[in-house]
Amino acid sequence: MHLAYTDKQKAFRAEVRSWLARNVPKAPLASYDTREGFEQHREWERRLFESRLSMVMWPEHLGGRGCDLIEWLIFEEEYYAAGAPMRVNQNGQLLLGPTLMEFGTEAQKQRFLPRMAASDDMWAQGWSEPNAGSDMAAITSKATLSEDGSHYILNGQKTWSTRAIFADWVFGLFRSEAGSTRHHGLSYLLAPLDAPGVTIRPIIALNGKQAFAEIFFDDVKVPVDNRIGEEGQGWHVAMATAGFERGLLLRSPARFQATARKLVALYQANRASADRDPSIRDAVCEAWMGAEAYALSAYHTVGRLAKGARIGAEASTNKIVWSELDLKMHETAMRILGARGELLAEAPDAGTDAAGWLDGFLFAQAGPIYAGTNEIQRNIIAERMLGLPKS
Amino acid sequence: MDFTFNDDQLSFREAMSRFLMTEAPPEMLREIWETDPGRSPELRGKLAAQGLTALSVPEDCGGLGMDDVAWSLMTQELGYYAIPDSLADTAYVSAGLVAALPAGRAGREEVLGRIAAGSVRIAIGHPVNPLVADAATADLLLLPHGDEVHLVPRALVDVTPNPSIDLSRRLASLAWEPSSATRIAADEAGRRLWAQALDRGTLSVAGQLLGLAQRMLDLTVDYAAQRKQFGKPIGSFQAVKHHLADVATRIEFAKPVLYRAAHALAHGGADAPVHASHAKLVCGEAAWLAARHGIQVHGAMGYTWEVDLQMFMKRTWALDASWGDRGFHKSRVAESILAEGAAIGPGHTFEVQA
Ligand SMILES: Cc1cc2nc3c(=O)[nH]c(=O)nc-3n(C[C@H](O)[C@H](O)[C@H](O)COP(=O)(O)OP(=O)(O)OC[C@H]3O[C@@H](n4cnc5c(N)ncnc54)[C@H](O)[C@@H]3O)c2cc1C
Repeated sequence: MHLAYTDKQKAFRAEVRSWLARNVPKAPLASYDTREGFEQHREWERRLFESRLSMVMWPEHLGGRGCDLIEWLIFEEEYYAAGAPMRVNQNGQLLLGPTLMEFGTEAQKQRFLPRMAASDDMWAQGWSEPNAGSDMAAITSKATLSEDGSHYILNGQKTWSTRAIFADWVFGLFRSEAGSTRHHGLSYLLAPLDAPGVTIRPIIALNGKQAFAEIFFDDVKVPVDNRIGEEGQGWHVAMATAGFERGLLLRSPARFQATARKLVALYQANRASADRDPSIRDAVCEAWMGAEAYALSAYHTVGRLAKGARIGAEASTNKIVWSELDLKMHETAMRILGARGELLAEAPDAGTDAAGWLDGFLFAQAGPIYAGTNEIQRNIIAERMLGLPKS
Repeated sequence: MDFTFNDDQLSFREAMSRFLMTEAPPEMLREIWETDPGRSPELRGKLAAQGLTALSVPEDCGGLGMDDVAWSLMTQELGYYAIPDSLADTAYVSAGLVAALPAGRAGREEVLGRIAAGSVRIAIGHPVNPLVADAATADLLLLPHGDEVHLVPRALVDVTPNPSIDLSRRLASLAWEPSSATRIAADEAGRRLWAQALDRGTLSVAGQLLGLAQRMLDLTVDYAAQRKQFGKPIGSFQAVKHHLADVATRIEFAKPVLYRAAHALAHGGADAPVHASHAKLVCGEAAWLAARHGIQVHGAMGYTWEVDLQMFMKRTWALDASWGDRGFHKSRVAESILAEGAAIGPGHTFEVQA
């Protein structure tokens, strides 16, 4: 154990910090669940990319700067400490990206990754279907290989696809072997959302915005080159993606450390009223402790990964911890705000310290649901980590 | 000793529930949300015709003369159907305040008659609430100035709307000038009126939260029975069952707390404030948990605008801090039970009249 950053890491931190200080927009961008905000976020991502800061851990020839995971953690710390905008393309960058690195051909990497790093292509995820939520192996959307073997023809429906109405591409699983069931016979495919036969219907989310969408495929032609991994091996490829999502990458600890810091500030600014409910003070302390524990766990995991370990079922513990921590922090903020908590940002009496908490509270409700519900994660932990019998 | 409801109370509740089930379906709530005032005079008229606005107006003023105990049931119905109207502020809280005025004061009998008839909307600006619900659409407002109580026509008040996450809420900050013409009580009398209004407002919200909790539980139980994953209803998974069982348990143990508080209020018990706070806290907890577990069991469906659950969740989150946030009510409980010689422990469950 040696808890000191190297000179190179320190220099990297300093560089990122000063870049962010010069470049982070002064006024917050519009919500990325709106067309306008989505495009503002895309512009911001492009600026990050121009300085090779959008995907720091990707190799240089694919648009990154070849950082290791410690440097990635450093980047994230600086990013959230600076209050920079939310990352709009992270489903592509953090879920599909690593999958392409692991399973993609060189040509696929070249074709997709640099454009993803630049946010020239924005990606939506297409796993869930109306009857395949927690039970993802129940997918029925079909991919039929054309007679000449040059392309697939997609038919079926995906749902809950985040920001799909604004996105350019979708990645997901399709049943490519007729008559196959469960996790057999699925292929991992990439489809442009402007292809003929694609219809996207927005779904209005709890926050009143078009945060996700249904995607209908009606004889959509996709070249076989858009398949990642072998035909019929899609489940295996996708599980690697799901592992990344639940694991470290999607929710870096800095995000929650930043929320905890903001919560401490909110508490300090409202102590006179907050201290009437002693559980608030406890919850604020617990928020800090929880965020610290998550960050420490990340550093520890990164160290183990560097020594060749793989993230297994413990990715499920991560998912539970960050989603429940986030929920608890936002609930605590609502308690501190009291009667002001319900007010929308434009309400004259909301108060500047309330900014962002209500939106965050609504989104925090989704944390224990998306990326595999916490009930499913607990089943995984019990069965795969603890070896308990399946029910 | 009989800690249950009488037939009149139960049948009134039953009638109201049946009425609201057909007259206030979720689609209608959504329609009303979209309108500018966010209120439906038609719905309010129908509720008045059912006798709801007359419930606790004294009989000699044209009312039914029922008390807080009846309201502990009625507010649950208002919550269960998420009625987009602060009707209880007029018919329960304001009616109680006006009824407590000396005979003849400030047109007491006339105002009560109008409340009973459902022809007046009164917004109430208690100091515990930073904003006033339904001020814009009110005909009259009951407003504080120190200990004084003022009954102010709408025309004399400037109203600035403050939009809430619950689209059915119509909150506003106010600007107005107190005058002797609008003052209806002051000093000790004013303090007493505001204190009673606070307890009634607290109880009103507690009942609504409990009704909301029950509605979210019912919606979620239905959903869990219908929705299938892995070839079975999700309600067959133990994790899902336990979520719902936890909510049911909270609800069952919040009910009697609400009922004791209602009784204490109806009988002017000295412990009414602590009992009302206790009720608000446990009903709030039940509703909060029903929302959390409700959305969790609905999965992504629960995170949509299309599914009705969202209306009940948002009402819950909004009401939870109205008529005193948790800190306020926890402090009242703490001060009461920590007071020198507090009457707590076995044998003090009810404040028994000699
Ligand atoms: C904000 C948000 C964004 C999303 N974005 C995307 C996206 O971009 N792309 C995409 O494909 N999907 C996306 N999803 C969908 C998400 O992956 C699913 O919501 C999730 O997998 C759960 O599926 P479901 O919603 O159908 O719930 P269900 O599977 O119907 O589950 C309902 C409830 O039953 C429980 N349950 C189900 N099975 C079991 C079991 N065996 N044991 C115990 N409990 C069980 C669940 O835990 C849950 O509480 C998103 C969801 C949300 C909320």
